[in-house]
Amino acid sequence: MMWRVIRAALVMLVSLSVLTGLAYPLVLTGLAQVSMPGRANGSLLYAHGHAVGSALIGQAFTNAAGQPLPQYFQPRPSASNYDALASGGSNLGPSNPVLLRSVAGLARAYRAFNHLAPGTPVPVDAVTTSGSGLDPDISIANALLQVPRVAAARHLRRAAVRALVQRYTQGRILGILGEPVVNVLELNLALDRLGRQ
Amino acid sequence: MTLNDVVQFLVVVAALALTVPVMGAYLARVYSGAPSRLDRVVRPVEGLLYRVSGVDPASEQTWRGYVTSLLSFSAVSVLVVYGIQRLQARLPLNPGHAAAVSAPLAWNTAVSFVTNTNWQNYSGETAMSLLTQMVGLTVENFVSAAVGIAVAVALIRGLSRSRTATLGNFWVDLVRGTVRVLLPVAALAAIVLVASGVIQNLNAPHLVHTLAGARQSLPGGAVASQEAIKNLGTNGGGFFNANAAHPFENPNGFTNLFEIWLLLVIPFSLAWAFGVMVERRRQGLAILAAMALLWMGSVLPAMALEAQGNPLLGHGIDQHASATVVGGNLTGKEVRFGAAPSALFNASATATSTGAVDSMSDSYTALGGGVLLVNMMLGEVSPGGVGSGLYGMLILAILSVFIAGLMVGRTPEYLGKKVQAAEMKLIGLYILIVPACVLAATALSLSLPAVRASLLNHGAHGLTEMLYAFTSASNNNGSAFAGLNGNTTFLNTALGACMLIGRFALIVPVMAIAGSLGRKGRIPDSAGTLRTDTALFATLLIGVTVIVVGLTYFPVVTLGPIVEHLVTHA
Repeated sequence: MMWRVIRAALVMLVSLSVLTGLAYPLVLTGLAQVSMPGRANGSLLYAHGHAVGSALIGQAFTNAAGQPLPQYFQPRPSASNYDALASGGSNLGPSNPVLLRSVAGLARAYRAFNHLAPGTPVPVDAVTTSGSGLDPDISIANALLQVPRVAAARHLRRAAVRALVQRYTQGRILGILGEPVVNVLELNLALDRLGRQ
Repeated sequence: MTLNDVVQFLVVVAALALTVPVMGAYLARVYSGAPSRLDRVVRPVEGLLYRVSGVDPASEQTWRGYVTSLLSFSAVSVLVVYGIQRLQARLPLNPGHAAAVSAPLAWNTAVSFVTNTNWQNYSGETAMSLLTQMVGLTVENFVSAAVGIAVAVALIRGLSRSRTATLGNFWVDLVRGTVRVLLPVAALAAIVLVASGVIQNLNAPHLVHTLAGARQSLPGGAVASQEAIKNLGTNGGGFFNANAAHPFENPNGFTNLFEIWLLLVIPFSLAWAFGVMVERRRQGLAILAAMALLWMGSVLPAMALEAQGNPLLGHGIDQHASATVVGGNLTGKEVRFGAAPSALFNASATATSTGAVDSMSDSYTALGGGVLLVNMMLGEVSPGGVGSGLYGMLILAILSVFIAGLMVGRTPEYLGKKVQAAEMKLIGLYILIVPACVLAATALSLSLPAVRASLLNHGAHGLTEMLYAFTSASNNNGSAFAGLNGNTTFLNTALGACMLIGRFALIVPVMAIAGSLGRKGRIPDSAGTLRTDTALFATLLIGVTVIVVGLTYFPVVTLGPIVEHLVTHA
């Protein structure tokens, strides 16, 4: 009797595994690859015919020494250093002194980098790490504060850069869902294209 | 909280209000064996499954037979998932060359997925092969959810049938739930997710040269298919370490709300299905109302708390939401979702035993994180996991009837079934097991210096990290204050044991209660019957949930989140 139950359990698990563990993901992969290959493969963005990243995954804009490049809009700080195979946040609690020191230091660095007066309020997204460590977006306020620095580094008019920020601002979906954000990689790609024209 | 945050909350409520009656009616038909338009496609598959496994779908089981089949199926599942992880390096579909998983971690992960907990002490990007993710973990996402619903349905049959020894057939309920409910809905949801940007491929990590000239490896994987069932089955185990905070799992503000809807829809719909199956819809509505009010009572404060921001960051940081600033406590949160909708996700996930996160709970404000903790402490009934939420709430309903009966001097009966000593003993056991496990294991772990070393944060927040872990494991939630490093031999083993106890040591008494109620005849309602389909009863049920279950934890919650809040705002 008990043996029959265990046999049923094993066979049932194996058969359901074929159905839900193999057929289900593989059929969906096939469907997705045929009908929406761009999205199913990670919404890649290209420059000069080469993939330079994903529209959904943030990346660092630093030099080999890890210093932020002034000619590029800078993304949020990342607890995983934008390593897309090690997603995650800092997990620091709200009262942890390490968090408070880090935020204060990042705010000072942000003001210095963007030539802002000491004490200028810094948007919170510019000085906090995200949950994924791969946040591709920044707030509009964060982007606008970076405009003068980027314009100066590229010898562009501020108005031209600001217009680009506006063009790459994604509003709320249906005007309701999510937050209005600026996608950093898309904006920086557009900046590079602008420079070449 | 901004007006737009409130509107997003209302969007989720409206989506649920429109879909729960439809899904509830469908669930009732599926588990009553009613004919359906899917029959032509599904019947042959079901027939084949029954034939190869030697199951007679027409035969019914007693509660003992039902629970024996259920436990055997779960034990075999643990062994198979354990085996796949240990052997993954030598098995196919391992493009990332993941090594074999260590024994304690493989045990923890196997138990975690089979108990519908999905606690993860590993990082999904690198630790698990594609085969493990698909055949080991995705399968359990389906079947552990179907097992939970099966127990709830068996309890409903115990309440709705009269003088019967049998409660249905476990194998039939398992197969029907998987093939007729979870698989089709998850497939549709996965297509919606891919269309919104969630990846679905079998690729190894893709190396790109970034704009600044560095290298970045973009992960691949069958993510959308797993994301859909992870939420629909209230599992919560992420494909990636960052779970639904990862843009490939949750790319935008729409997918965020869509995933919240996915994880709430079946638990709420089962309450509706209960009303249909006992042929008293108002009884289902009373349960649904209690669940919904408890859910709202937790998500709205959590949203407001996270939208307020972290007062310790100081004046130089702009946390005030405006047309251009994404405000709130953004540490561990993604700007595309915003602070309040992130809290809506995490609070809904802890209220449904899903445990998925779209933001890092460890970085929540003291009280915001406290709300998530209390959601789990209520025993996952607001609305709880698929199946487990409904059977938990029905147990509390029977307890409420008993308590009310004592207060007003009426014979305790629920849906015409007399509640007697046999049931009350089992309910006492049901109520005590989880708090005993949580409190004893937390106390033991914190008293061992080697285990304390796993904490990232210290003081009151450190206590909360450990308490959160055992609360999450014992309530089969799987949500984590990720600062705790749970991947040690002690914590892997102890958390695994708590998950097993929190699942099966509750299912067995629930099934015994179902068996005992099924054997009883139905007493017709009389003037002396306490009505259980009224707003008053729903209120009583909420009170019993909060007082009997929630207050058990009050002393320890005081030492964790409440002390931290007082220190933060001092």
